[in-house]
Amino acid sequence: MANFPLHTQFPSIHALRTALQSGSLSAAELAQSALDTLDSHAGLNAFLHVDPELTLAQARRADAAIKAGKGGSLAGVPIAHKDVFVTQGWRTTAASRMLENYTSPFDATVVSRLADAGAVSLGKLNCDEFAMGSGNETSYFDPVRNPWDPSAVPGGSSGGSAAAVAAGLLMAATGTDTGGSIRQPAAFCGVSGIKPTYGTVSRLGIVAYASSLDQAGPIARHARDLLDMLEPMAGFDPLDSTSLEYCDGQANTAGRIRTRFDAAVAGQQQKGSRPLEGLRIGVPREFFGPGLAADVAQAIEQALKTFESLGAVRVDISLPRTELSIPSYYVIAPAEASTNLSRYDAVRFGHRADSYGDLEDMSSRSRFEGFGPEVRRRILAGTYVLCHGYYDAYYLQAQRVRRMITNDFQQAFAQHCDVIMGPVTPSVAWPIGDNREDPIADWLSDIYTLGVSLAGLPAMSVPCGFGTERPLPIGLQIIGNYFAEGELLAVADCYQQATDWHQRTPGQQ
Amino acid sequence: MAISEQDVTRIARLARIKLTPDETAQTQKELSDILGLMARLQAVDTAGVEPMAHPLSAHQDIQLRLRDDAAAPTLTENERNTLMNNAPAQAEGLFLVPTVIE
Repeated sequence: MANFPLHTQFPSIHALRTALQSGSLSAAELAQSALDTLDSHAGLNAFLHVDPELTLAQARRADAAIKAGKGGSLAGVPIAHKDVFVTQGWRTTAASRMLENYTSPFDATVVSRLADAGAVSLGKLNCDEFAMGSGNETSYFDPVRNPWDPSAVPGGSSGGSAAAVAAGLLMAATGTDTGGSIRQPAAFCGVSGIKPTYGTVSRLGIVAYASSLDQAGPIARHARDLLDMLEPMAGFDPLDSTSLEYCDGQANTAGRIRTRFDAAVAGQQQKGSRPLEGLRIGVPREFFGPGLAADVAQAIEQALKTFESLGAVRVDISLPRTELSIPSYYVIAPAEASTNLSRYDAVRFGHRADSYGDLEDMSSRSRFEGFGPEVRRRILAGTYVLCHGYYDAYYLQAQRVRRMITNDFQQAFAQHCDVIMGPVTPSVAWPIGDNREDPIADWLSDIYTLGVSLAGLPAMSVPCGFGTERPLPIGLQIIGNYFAEGELLAVADCYQQATDWHQRTPGQQ
Repeated sequence: MAISEQDVTRIARLARIKLTPDETAQTQKELSDILGLMARLQAVDTAGVEPMAHPLSAHQDIQLRLRDDAAAPTLTENERNTLMNNAPAQAEGLFLVPTVIE
């Protein structure tokens, strides 16, 4: 059964860990079977760098640790990293020609923490170039395909991560979310993903895009696997100046999220057949405007009905500046990108043009060649808004609107609801190539995810149905207040106990 | 809002991106579209609203840390080699660039 690696026989990371712990299978067997499967899925183009020796060495270490009774919480679990996390062994390209041959001298904090927990990495996953894109079409190394329909995009920018999880190539993957880059591909590929609160997961070693927005998180089949991944990923890192030491007075250390998850689940269990009794779900009317496809609206409505049957009540709320999140984000993110990407000067690392004149000409030609069109577009737009004379009108104005958007969320949580739910995307995944002529069309499709990113809030995507016109997955977005990752995951888990959308896999829908 | 060819040339120079004439024309059109999108911000009354640079600053007091000003171990020989091997041109531990001063 070359098409189905051994780990796909296990419904969860927990079940897989139990089997590994009992000795009925080894991490090395698992890793080998996962590696053997990759070739038959090469058409997805989900992986950029694979090195069997490195993977098997990690697996052997996991086996030794398990045998010695010292296996970490993820010992032997096959995962992979979005190619924006720097890794010592595998190359790190950010899916860009600029970094085609880049090898990092150190591991990203997320990478080393997952390795310390015993996770076995299968390699590096394709994504949009420098994480800039919504369809994984900006990768220098060609698009990733959606496992549900190879002619459709998998979403982006963490498209390789979502596609690989959906295809069963691994148990879970890392991703990053700047404006929706975990939630949107998870929705398009019918898997689950969480973007935690800004500052809870270290950004050290993540190829920077927009530093005030970038946040790492996991993509997996369901909420419980997300929890198992997020727990070791999160935590204070002194080497990231925006990493939080405390989350509302609680230390940002291992156990924070699981403690709150366990408490929330215990609370649900006391309520019997209506486990979500008392939960107020805010449903923002701006998320259901004319731009929303009818089949997506219907699937979200169905999901909300399920939540009501579980005891929750829905509350009509307003996030009046939802549309303004698009211009606000597309000023702030390109501005930060133009600053961050100035480091690629063709001197210390990165692509250098073959022929050039002086130093400036060398950088300018190399940057033209090394960056793809979308990255150049954002750098140029960002440079413009930071220019003397425009800084106040664009950049500072965008930051003022950012605060207003953030206050809208805070008002909703303070007065009306415990969580907010709505669609992740206005439609199901579009055909590869559809938005290439009109780059702004991609940007507009981010409307439901950008506000959360601007506000730094945690949010998830969970599968909740399929399109009717094109039978592709639909994702429900669940947004929580700051540091409510545990509660969010518990709410998603409750939904997933009651539904089976997350168990559907491509080919057997 | 339209943006002139000179604007594009100036921005591209600042961003150190050498555009071809075709690319300049294309960029002029795209940036104009993008600025049209951004212009929606201008209509918002933001009087009295503080710009927000850190996403959690509306929620809790944010102070970005500085590290201690203390010597720390430098890279190992191996790490240094990995770093230098990423350079497009290098010799004897130095990055090579075109002549800057004659």
